[in-house]
Amino acid sequence: MRVAVVAEPVLMRGNEAIAEAAIIAGCRYYFAYPITPQNEIAAYMARRMPEVGGTFLQAESEIASINMVFGAAAAGGRTMTSSSSPGISLKQEGLSYMAGTELPAVVVNMMRGGPGLGNIAGSQGDYFQATKGGGHGDYHMIVLAPASVQELAALTVDAFELSDRYRIVTMILGDGYLGQMSESLVLPEPPSKLYDKSSWILDGAAGRDPRTIASLRLKPEDGVERLNLRLQEKYREIEAEEIRFECFQCQDAEVLLVAFGLAARVCKAAVNQLRSAGVRVGLFRPITLWPFPYGELLQRAGRMKKVLVVEMNAGQMLEDVRLALGDKVRIEFYGRMGAMLVEEEEIIKRIRKES
Amino acid sequence: MRSEVAGAKRVFSRPETLADVPTHYCPGCGHGIIHRLMAQVVDELGMREKTIVIASVGCSVLIYNYMNADSLEAAHGRAPAVATGVKRVRPDRLVISYQGDGDLLAIGTAETIHAANRGENITILFVNNAIYGMTGGQMAPTSLAGQKTKTSPYGRNPAEAGMPIRACELLNTLEAPVFIERCSVHDVPHILKAKRATRKAIENQVKGRGFSFVEYLSMCPTNWGMSSQAAADWVSTEMVSYYPLGNIRDR
Repeated sequence: MRVAVVAEPVLMRGNEAIAEAAIIAGCRYYFAYPITPQNEIAAYMARRMPEVGGTFLQAESEIASINMVFGAAAAGGRTMTSSSSPGISLKQEGLSYMAGTELPAVVVNMMRGGPGLGNIAGSQGDYFQATKGGGHGDYHMIVLAPASVQELAALTVDAFELSDRYRIVTMILGDGYLGQMSESLVLPEPPSKLYDKSSWILDGAAGRDPRTIASLRLKPEDGVERLNLRLQEKYREIEAEEIRFECFQCQDAEVLLVAFGLAARVCKAAVNQLRSAGVRVGLFRPITLWPFPYGELLQRAGRMKKVLVVEMNAGQMLEDVRLALGDKVRIEFYGRMGAMLVEEEEIIKRIRKES
Repeated sequence: MRSEVAGAKRVFSRPETLADVPTHYCPGCGHGIIHRLMAQVVDELGMREKTIVIASVGCSVLIYNYMNADSLEAAHGRAPAVATGVKRVRPDRLVISYQGDGDLLAIGTAETIHAANRGENITILFVNNAIYGMTGGQMAPTSLAGQKTKTSPYGRNPAEAGMPIRACELLNTLEAPVFIERCSVHDVPHILKAKRATRKAIENQVKGRGFSFVEYLSMCPTNWGMSSQAAADWVSTEMVSYYPLGNIRDR
């Protein structure tokens, strides 16, 4: 079924842009469970999926919805679920099983303040959970961190493409502010390539040997270590091929801000302010949080006087920045927790202190 | 290799849906019987090449080793949600969720009730042997009052653990299910009845009629600490008196 793509800019809320982009990407199976601040995704899908002949199903829990995604992916469907931090915690079991069975799907986390029930505003407190493997076992998801409504939509289409290419779960890691804010955007084009899944999906063993999709591997000859070796090989390939980042005013910079998602938006404004006052500051923004652009960051930050990492958490990506830069550069951190926004003035103050 | 005898009529053979492999199930276990009933019905309906079996966690997680059909292994308790996902993508395929009592009535209670309540057009085959088998004999939600297990060494105490849950009666409070029946596999007459229930439950799905559920009272001699015969007798006396056999709903 063709979906009309509007070429001129439209005004959309972040959460709705994700939903429409998923439809454009060919997602036809969406499984929901309500949680603030991402409810607009489900509401949009509930209205839109029937129009394109897709399935919208409100599950009994986040656990059920990720397992519906698991089933739909195994059967060959383009499928997605979305939630926010506490709900994403509940999905970790399913995400581990999807890694163990190499099933492709897109999972959206519009992060909110935590731990526990926390609050319902935007946060970046789930960086560790998303990038270091929130469930059990040695695995990764591809993690994409958009910083605008436009990018939310574009990365959602890319997420489906990446998932199918590598048979992996791709997570869109946004936050409650991004999900709730309205911006103008041009809706993305449908993906250029569709992957043939006929060699591995479950659709009934007609004219072929039966297939099993399972993560239990008790026999040494097809054991869990072998699965892991294959997964690691795949992860190395993704690390080599799929790293994405943005450099803003890095060329002649002496001081570098490192931030992702919404925090990077605030940093960009700070860079503009500082630049107009003659301060040579730039911003390095990882777009893939896994794989993290370690080498790319080192290449640009190695010669800086100072790096200031800015996050809406207690310093999670900070650890990856330290891994990338070691003791070659002085690294400072500015963060706000509990879904508080980082402030432009504070960033400016901390940069000025040095320059 | 089968040798055919001239003039002889074949009265019994392995269903095509059942793989020709040795079993890992213990002597006297009911899973083999129930696997066969399911395979026989899939054969009869000519659905083998359209079947996707959902395996659940427990002894029967390895059902995919015995089914000559596509299968998908769900996380513990999640089989009805997984089956839902598969069925929504492949509405013309036969999706059978095969689950034990810990899976269906403890960790997966929510998934079971809600799949049934939505009237998903799937079939759940529920094996109730009143114990956790794979993990070595712990108390199940269906263990009988007074039943000794690894985690109820003094016998299940209803004051602490509650009484065993009756799955069929629980699901019978819902509007959507079209077929609910409890049967037993402790002797041949009951196995034949169980076969008819299995056929109805699977046929309903093929006809697009909605959610069907069959509960099988079944033996676990190893974890009950009984001989095969004693285990079959325990089903027919102790289990049947708490879990009444028969059809509860057939729309």
